[in-house]
Amino acid sequence: MNIVGFLETQLGAFLPQPVVLTTLIVLKILCIVLPLMGAVAYLTFAERKIIGYIQVRIGPNRVGPRGWLQPIADALKLLTKEVIIPTGANRFLFLLAPILALGPALAAWAVIPFGAEMVLADINAGLLYILALTSLGVYGIIVAGWASNSKYAFLGAMRSAAQIVSYEIAMGFALVGVLIAAGSLNLGDIIEAQRGGLSIFSWFWVPLFPLFVIYFISGVAETNRAPFDVSEGESEIVAGFHVEYAGMAFALFFLAEYANMILVSGLSAVLFLGGWLSPIPGIPDGIHWLLAKIGFFLFLFLWFRATFPRYRYDQIMRLGWKVFLPITIVWIVVVAAMVVWKLPPWFAGA
Amino acid sequence: MVEQLVFYVFAGFLIFAAAMVITVRNPVHAALFLVLAFFSSAGLWLLLEAEFLAIALVLVYVGAVMVLFLFVVMMLDINIAELREGFARYLPVAAVVALVMMIAIGTVVGPQNFGLDQVPAAASHAADYSNTRELGLALYGQYIWPFEIAAVVLLVAIIAAIALTLRATRQTKAPRPERQVQVRRADRVRLVKVEAERQS
Amino acid sequence: MSTVTSYLKSLTLWELLKGMRLTGRYLIDRKITVQYPEEKTPQSPRFRGLHALRRYPNGEERCIACKLCEAVCPALAITIESEPRDDGTRRTTRYDIDLSKCIFCGFCEESCPVDSIVETRHFEYHGEKRGDLLMTKDKLLANGDRFEAQIAADRAAEARYR
Repeated sequence: MNIVGFLETQLGAFLPQPVVLTTLIVLKILCIVLPLMGAVAYLTFAERKIIGYIQVRIGPNRVGPRGWLQPIADALKLLTKEVIIPTGANRFLFLLAPILALGPALAAWAVIPFGAEMVLADINAGLLYILALTSLGVYGIIVAGWASNSKYAFLGAMRSAAQIVSYEIAMGFALVGVLIAAGSLNLGDIIEAQRGGLSIFSWFWVPLFPLFVIYFISGVAETNRAPFDVSEGESEIVAGFHVEYAGMAFALFFLAEYANMILVSGLSAVLFLGGWLSPIPGIPDGIHWLLAKIGFFLFLFLWFRATFPRYRYDQIMRLGWKVFLPITIVWIVVVAAMVVWKLPPWFAGA
Repeated sequence: MVEQLVFYVFAGFLIFAAAMVITVRNPVHAALFLVLAFFSSAGLWLLLEAEFLAIALVLVYVGAVMVLFLFVVMMLDINIAELREGFARYLPVAAVVALVMMIAIGTVVGPQNFGLDQVPAAASHAADYSNTRELGLALYGQYIWPFEIAAVVLLVAIIAAIALTLRATRQTKAPRPERQVQVRRADRVRLVKVEAERQS
Repeated sequence: MSTVTSYLKSLTLWELLKGMRLTGRYLIDRKITVQYPEEKTPQSPRFRGLHALRRYPNGEERCIACKLCEAVCPALAITIESEPRDDGTRRTTRYDIDLSKCIFCGFCEESCPVDSIVETRHFEYHGEKRGDLLMTKDKLLANGDRFEAQIAADRAAEARYR
């Protein structure tokens, strides 16, 4: 991080120390959030394109060359639309809900390591922080559903709240497996713990394979994406918790959903696929590996959406409580045994 | 200086939110103010460099318990007028109880027990000091028995709660998807060859 | 199938993976999208689009105001009024088709004894104000003049099936 040091000395020449630090932190936050917003915009484009291709169509291709300006047109459209507040809605909570949804999705990025030293907040309880913040995302949905004063929105919010709370447990247990294996809550240390002689096979996805699958599927459920999108369920409850939202308020929910998708992909990459570690020995590590892995998981999100029909609600609950939870608990015991007996090649040095 | 300012901001928020929890009419608003109160106390704990406890508070209380609270509160149709019925009648008894409670609380956690001269300032630790590790060592080392006993008590409570919901014999006709997917064609359909009968 | 294999199948997500293989194959399949304004799907000579009233080669309008089309129209979109012309033949004074009612079933075309009312292959039209989609006799005759070449060719191609 030479740029940071350079900026620090340059600004420090004529500004007091706290101001310099604050400016630098704000700049770093912008460096994360702005590309994230761009990624969200182009994720929507990728979604339409990829799902179009899977449905033997070619997707949007009219706005700009090959449709590349489509997300910008969409954003402009949403910006210029009116934010409608339904009658009988709780005005304050109605407008607060999209912010509650987006806030945690962005704040969680503070602890994601992009490189060996590239992390905004290198805190020890990183994984716990992520768990806490992802569990807050449900407030946006539940408050939106209640404040809308609409039965569809309320039904969607109730479904989503129950679903998120249930899958958070399976997700949490999957993370417990990771932190047993890594012996740390710090995401940077977790990535370092995955470094090994077998490169791609020394990452945690091999010894923790069931947890890896369960974590990602729970992540899909947490973000309310197909096939777990009963909280939106456009064919049954119109659009679920955000039926009553229009314009920018709706756009914030949209941003939150896609930012959460990227977050879950990023976490899967960091926790199970070795983050910025290089898969091929001899080729240097770097942020591009992390981005490639995130892209792989995002593609899976879209592939799932194009392939699977929506789960019935009771089946979602059964999957979370009766299938994922027992498997994760069993595998945590297996992982603990592997760590205690220092099973080579993954845990020999642990 | 800055730390004190932050402390007072969080403390102010905490007291405000706690007061609102018991004064606002709308139960959903009360629950959301309780969430704000939890957040403020998490902020206070962060000031004490107890980041594990602060995040655990947010994770457990805000992320799980309060969501279920909101869930229930939103489903309930609470009639305010009905709740206020008999307010005046119960007021004297309630006032006496409240007074006794306040005196009791005052003697136990009154101002004479606190103050910077009685409680040492929290020791600050080096940057590599891990809260999580220390907590783990304390819980699984020094306090292993109380911890395990608490865990067993919780387990018993969970089993009891589940058992309470299963008192009656199950008479629901809920579908069992794990059975449904195992059904094969042969289980349900039988093709029968029926001899054609000629009309004589 | 035994319980063990079915459990194994569900735990390995076998059927889900099969589904993903199928969609994955379609992902790289050839796309069938037709880019409309630039590319168009082939049209049948029987295509039923915008209506037209035809004339004989000598310029005389074909319609004899028999009102069969008005009678057969299931959407009641056709309105006809007729009077004898100076030369004693019966002709329409009004021939309206309300395109906002029309369902493009082609019955009018089928019922016409003199091949006067026809549906052309033209379908890319629009109205900008109320009344633009009410086709009057003048507009229909103008359509007939405009598309006569194609109409005649289509009739000729279809003649042996009629």
